Amino acid sequence: MDLIIEGLFQAFRLIAGLDAEVFSVSLLTLQVTLMATLISTVIGVAAGTAVALNEFPGRTFTVGLINTGMGVPPVVVGLITTVLLWRHGVLGRLELLYTPSAIIIAQVLIATPMVMGITLSSIQQIPRAFRLQVMALGASRFQMLWYLYREARLPLLAAIMAGFGSVISEVGASIMVGGNIRGHTRVLTTATVMETSRGNFDTAIALGIILMVLTYAVNYILSRIQQRGRQR
Amino acid sequence: MTGGFVLRAEGLRVWNERNFRIDIDDLSVREGEVLGIIGHNGSGKTTLLLALAGLKKPDCGTLSFRGAPVDIHGPMTEYRSRLSMAFQEPLLLHATVFDNVAMGLRIRKMRGRELRSRVEEYCGLFNVGHLVKRQARTLSGGEARRVSLARAMAIRPDLLLLDEPFSSLDLPTRDALLNDFDGIAKKIGGTIILATHDRVEAMRLCTTLAVMNAGKIIQSGAPSEVINGPADEFVAAFVGVETIIEARVAEATSAGFFAEAGGVRIEVTGEAREGESVLLGIRPEQVVLSLSDNLCGTSLRNAFRGVITRTVNMGPHHRVTLDCGFPLVAYVAPHSKEELGLREGLEVTAAFKATAVHLVRKSAGK
Repeated sequence: MDLIIEGLFQAFRLIAGLDAEVFSVSLLTLQVTLMATLISTVIGVAAGTAVALNEFPGRTFTVGLINTGMGVPPVVVGLITTVLLWRHGVLGRLELLYTPSAIIIAQVLIATPMVMGITLSSIQQIPRAFRLQVMALGASRFQMLWYLYREARLPLLAAIMAGFGSVISEVGASIMVGGNIRGHTRVLTTATVMETSRGNFDTAIALGIILMVLTYAVNYILSRIQQRGRQR
Repeated sequence: MTGGFVLRAEGLRVWNERNFRIDIDDLSVREGEVLGIIGHNGSGKTTLLLALAGLKKPDCGTLSFRGAPVDIHGPMTEYRSRLSMAFQEPLLLHATVFDNVAMGLRIRKMRGRELRSRVEEYCGLFNVGHLVKRQARTLSGGEARRVSLARAMAIRPDLLLLDEPFSSLDLPTRDALLNDFDGIAKKIGGTIILATHDRVEAMRLCTTLAVMNAGKIIQSGAPSEVINGPADEFVAAFVGVETIIEARVAEATSAGFFAEAGGVRIEVTGEAREGESVLLGIRPEQVVLSLSDNLCGTSLRNAFRGVITRTVNMGPHHRVTLDCGFPLVAYVAPHSKEELGLREGLEVTAAFKATAVHLVRKSAGK
């Protein structure tokens, strides 16, 4: 109990004192996860919509792959990304390993199937007749998509939240491709793991609390957008 | 009343895996016309409407809109922006009634006061003006249909396509909506294609009928032409000719011919060759029932004794089936049934004019 209380005090001191290191780790965490979420949203929503609206050979196989992708462990993604970005790997020339960009790439690989899978099911649940009705009122394909997203806004924002949740909470991939380098690739999750392993529980708890507050803040904003058009 | 063609489809075909889903040689709708596409469920009405609306790519054929060809292989956005369509289901947005009626107008970039006044005008016409702020999901079935029709018509399309918009509603709701729609359509004018399986609805609203079966238009014309001169057995059955008798022409006369069926001779006006096999159609409302067989002094040329095999209460009338050597269906008013004491097993005289018998062609494939 004392440990937790001490942790809370430490967290308060670190936040209130605007500790430079904590601030930079938090900022990098936000930058990396928001960028990864944004990229995953663009790719996941577009690809999920394309799979939902089109018939093509191997569609069921593709849907199975997407659903599997939603459950792939971050360490596996970390391993794949490391192999790809390794000096002699396919993308080795880009020299991205142990950079924030590498973390973003790994997190995009984690979050995209999540966004894609939820987008796919939320678009699929809207009857085909609804799409025809929108088109029958003279809509272009883009206008039809806009109305489709408008109808599916609740599950679509849930898809974005799930994507964000999966990347802000993962640690395995970030450590593997980022290396937890102080002042360069250290993010809140990797820092928490490190402080815990060193026995600095108070600092680890402080970092954990900051992580929770950031997660809540982002989800609160997304929830505000989601619930704005809620049916009463 | 009607002007040039608004839309003309020629050689329009849509395939499914094995055969044609629709195969339309020539179908057109003129300015101001209300064209009813009538046929049973599965006859291809919806597929035809979707193809005409640019929502289903035809495999071949041409469409021309006000004389100009439509590129059926392109996105057809320009063409679609001049039409609108309402479906059997209201398919409303999860939004207010206002937003729903405004949908097609917003797609056309209408904004501000113009948008508001147009939405209010059409909500008012369809008696949903008091519901504009309501969420669409809280509406009753009838209200939702009204909103759906208001949305489709608010655009003021050059051509309105309606796919059974009055079906699966309870009778009073449907009647009220039909009445209102009829009044609005007449007031606003405009060109409409209405697909329905309800012949009464079609006769009430349409200026032209096209009867569809198995993906093809088998007869089109003014409602009176189609109803009084069904082109074949299918159309006859569809437009309510309940008695269709297979007969052989026994004797041709200058005024018509006598045909034999079930051991009786039926007098018919029209032309047929002696020995020819024909189908004769008799509308049930044109059959008169009497307890006496004395029909002297009337113009009824055909009178047969028959036994009532079945009576069914249809609401406004009773449907009486007789065995006169051939099955014959008659409609009688409830009070006539009471007065005559019509019941199953009773022998009565059924009579009809020679002009009430329609010579009907056999349906293809039969």
